[in-house]
Amino acid sequence: MSHLFTQPLKVINCGLESFARNLAQAGGEVETLSWQPPAMGDIQAGLDLAYLMQHPLVEQANKNAFQRYLDAQPTLVDVMPAAEAIPEMATRKLILHAGPPIAWNRMCGPVQGAIVGAILFEGWAASHEEAERLIMDGVIDMEPCHHYHAVGPMAGIISPSTPLFVVENRASGRRAYTNMNEGLGKVLRFGANSEEVIERLRWMRNELAPTLRVALRFSGDVELKPLMAQALHMGDEIHNRNAAATGLLMKRLVPALLGSGQPLDELRRVIAFILGNDHFFLNLSMAACKVMMDAAAHEPFSSLVTVMARNGVEFGVRLSGTGNRWFTAKANPVEGLFFPGYGVDDAAADLGDSAITETAGVGGFAMASSPAIVKFVGGTPDDAIANSRRMQFITLGGNGAFTLPSMNFAPTAAGIDARKVIDRNILPVINTGIAHRQAGIGQIGAGITTAPMPCFVEAIRALAEEVRRHTGETS
Amino acid sequence: MNSSFKIFKNLYRDSVSLMQISARICKLDGIDRAAVLMGTETNREQLADAGFGSDIDAGPNDLIVAVRGNDDICARALEEATEQLSAPVDSSADGVVRKQVLTSLQMATEQSSEANMALISVPGDYAAAEAMKALRLGMHVMLFSDNVSLAQERSIKMLARDNDLIVMGPDCGTAIVNGLPLGFANVVRRGAVGLVAASGTGLQEVTCRIHQLGEGVSQALGTGGHDLHEEIGGISMLYGLDALIADKDTRVIVLVSKPPAPSVAKQILARARAAGKPVVIHFLGAQPADIEGRGVVAAPTLADAGNIAVALLRGDAVPASEAVLAVAEQDMLDVHCAKLPARRRFVRGVFAGGTFCYESQLLCQKQGFRGSSNTPVKGNELLTDVWTSIGHAFVDLGDDVFTRGRPHPMIDPTLRNERIVTELQQPETAVVLFDVVLGYGAADAPATELATLLRETLSPDDSTGSPLLIAHVCGTDADPQDREAQISALRDAGVLIAGCNAQAASWAAYVASLQMNK
Repeated sequence: MSHLFTQPLKVINCGLESFARNLAQAGGEVETLSWQPPAMGDIQAGLDLAYLMQHPLVEQANKNAFQRYLDAQPTLVDVMPAAEAIPEMATRKLILHAGPPIAWNRMCGPVQGAIVGAILFEGWAASHEEAERLIMDGVIDMEPCHHYHAVGPMAGIISPSTPLFVVENRASGRRAYTNMNEGLGKVLRFGANSEEVIERLRWMRNELAPTLRVALRFSGDVELKPLMAQALHMGDEIHNRNAAATGLLMKRLVPALLGSGQPLDELRRVIAFILGNDHFFLNLSMAACKVMMDAAAHEPFSSLVTVMARNGVEFGVRLSGTGNRWFTAKANPVEGLFFPGYGVDDAAADLGDSAITETAGVGGFAMASSPAIVKFVGGTPDDAIANSRRMQFITLGGNGAFTLPSMNFAPTAAGIDARKVIDRNILPVINTGIAHRQAGIGQIGAGITTAPMPCFVEAIRALAEEVRRHTGETS
Repeated sequence: MNSSFKIFKNLYRDSVSLMQISARICKLDGIDRAAVLMGTETNREQLADAGFGSDIDAGPNDLIVAVRGNDDICARALEEATEQLSAPVDSSADGVVRKQVLTSLQMATEQSSEANMALISVPGDYAAAEAMKALRLGMHVMLFSDNVSLAQERSIKMLARDNDLIVMGPDCGTAIVNGLPLGFANVVRRGAVGLVAASGTGLQEVTCRIHQLGEGVSQALGTGGHDLHEEIGGISMLYGLDALIADKDTRVIVLVSKPPAPSVAKQILARARAAGKPVVIHFLGAQPADIEGRGVVAAPTLADAGNIAVALLRGDAVPASEAVLAVAEQDMLDVHCAKLPARRRFVRGVFAGGTFCYESQLLCQKQGFRGSSNTPVKGNELLTDVWTSIGHAFVDLGDDVFTRGRPHPMIDPTLRNERIVTELQQPETAVVLFDVVLGYGAADAPATELATLLRETLSPDDSTGSPLLIAHVCGTDADPQDREAQISALRDAGVLIAGCNAQAASWAAYVASLQMNK
């Protein structure tokens, strides 16, 4: 205390503004906060947050988790059917979907449509009616992709014969999986399940996947982090814009495809398919992010957010320090622009596992690198930079592997600290596509949204309980 | 319902810009549907499907605006689109870095790592959490907020002690650290007297007195009113006392509080006796014999604490108490009381400062006048209806019952002034006793409005025997309000101005005794 008497007094004023005026008038140095009750005014959660702030257990845990995230080296190593990659999928009729767990009757249109499509694709049923009957009879198991180290954009559907990209973290040997991007228009991930859609899936299984598998043997493993970093310097934020990353991937794959000795017409179809879809890389970006976040998962007491995902009804969050628990809330609305002829009434709630990219510090967090798409947020490149900068206030640090040229090559803000989200009342920003709420119509717009606050409030309450249980304290 | 479209030949805009324009015209009242797009084959098919007809003569390089809705609105929508398309590009994207609004203590410390004090005045429900955060971030805390439970106060203060930090509060209204005012504080010069007080107005009274006597204050720390309860154990007062003992700029220490819990008093006295510098203690209502000891002097009143501290500092003899009236004061009061009819018997105290209310009750009680109050001292009654005074009454207008949903009377004296007028109009009132508190945070000119009100209420002819008005102005000549100006305004309105609260209360008690004997 007597220390204080010999230092210049520097005050942070939290509350009545007039006190700051008095102090300033008397020559004092003071900064007034733009304060509002944290945790949406939940008093107990606010106390839990105060309890966890600077808590040595949490600080150390976050350091460990964040380091493992930074150390991760996502590498594309293989392509294989889901049933081979995820053994559980070989033993029962299991379909994986995006977001936190949800029962069939609560699912949104696109996810239901996609699940029916997956049943048809697997040949478990010959008609929509038959497929729905199987679901009603409880024959089909439906679980989140995230429960199996997998991710998928939009509906995120993975069924046993879905071909998956296998992305391995070279630092740990742990793997993550993702399906392959079908392109735009009538596609399964938006809930379309017509014959045309199923036929494309069959082709992807029968020709695209095996061809890529062989090509990968020729190219060798593809390290994804440098590729993503380069794409960030080429105008992608590798969530809503993947044009550069897709091109960079093809730079690696085309020579391998051509050298793999596979029939030329097959190669032509495969290359045309990939080059026809600027979002082809998105799924790989997601799997890379997933394997990085999995590296940070399950560190006891860590407040690092390891998953943000949406099922079209709810938004779900997981923390490293609270294991496999989901903290869910109604998804926030998307602020965006709609394709001609569509409006906000047509939109499904926010959907897909692709928010794993923001969780890992790219996507909306790296918006500053992608001026081409900033208009979707109704703004200017300045707004994009402001978004990326704002995320620095809720993250544990920066990821030096991903830098943003327009911010003087600052590392992307990475490692969302749930404590900071609540304390500062700054929500993680997410770039997102907007799906039509009816199955099969597809994408009708794009924009920006945020992760809902209640998820983080619940998560912090649960984490405080964990820490207290460990230290034997009571609240 | 009408459909219409407009074609802009050889005008290219990217699809996102087009969507922005269409979003804008869709918002117009009466527009059912709008599409702004390039005339590619697919887009034209889409327009046909949407019922805009298949006769749109546009190519891939032409821009189409198509709208459907009420007739007049369609025309307006097309106009709006034309305007949007011809508007110059906003080039405000100049790369200026926008400052992020600071929303939390931690965020602020990241910006300014030398921050060492958090001044917290958020609603009580959230105050404990903010205080804990500040402590965990290594800052000292002044907690102005009230309604923090004793259990929370205890855990906050334990955390502070463990981290070698102080928590001033909860419910701490004033402090002066390194010469800077925190909360409500008076402008006093810096000097060699250091204070720790569990009472806000008590601290103001003593610091002002020290300034008035020509000396100054090194540090004035608050603890909040509950610090010396058994549950809290005087954590903040002990911490502050130690800090002042260690502070080489502090040569005399003053401690002010209501009487502490016995176990707490024992600790404080032990620490004070070992201070190595003189410690003046004023525990309101305590027996001096319980306090006096080696190096420790008991002050009978708040102002006396200031007087004694200055005397010790200067090596002067301890002066007589402000509660003892000089002959001249008695003569003056005798004159003023001459015209008071015998039915005017009671003292009516109307206070903004809680401790002034408390001290006045104690001093009147000492002269044999028990009374009632919304915040009664031991031996006084609780006022059953706080809005109506009976007998000798002392009302603290800064108490929760009066401040719920209203600013404190120091900030907005309206309610307090009304109460003064009410008491003046009672036939049994002999004297209206009140305080005026100046300093940072207090009303700009508290005496002026009151003086006007008093002139309106009091009869210009003094012979009618209106009650006496006795007040003291807690402040300094350096305060933003200017103490002398406030005093003259009150004097002009017929108020007798005492030098301190103790003197004012003693005057009131003297008047009561004169009236009793009529």
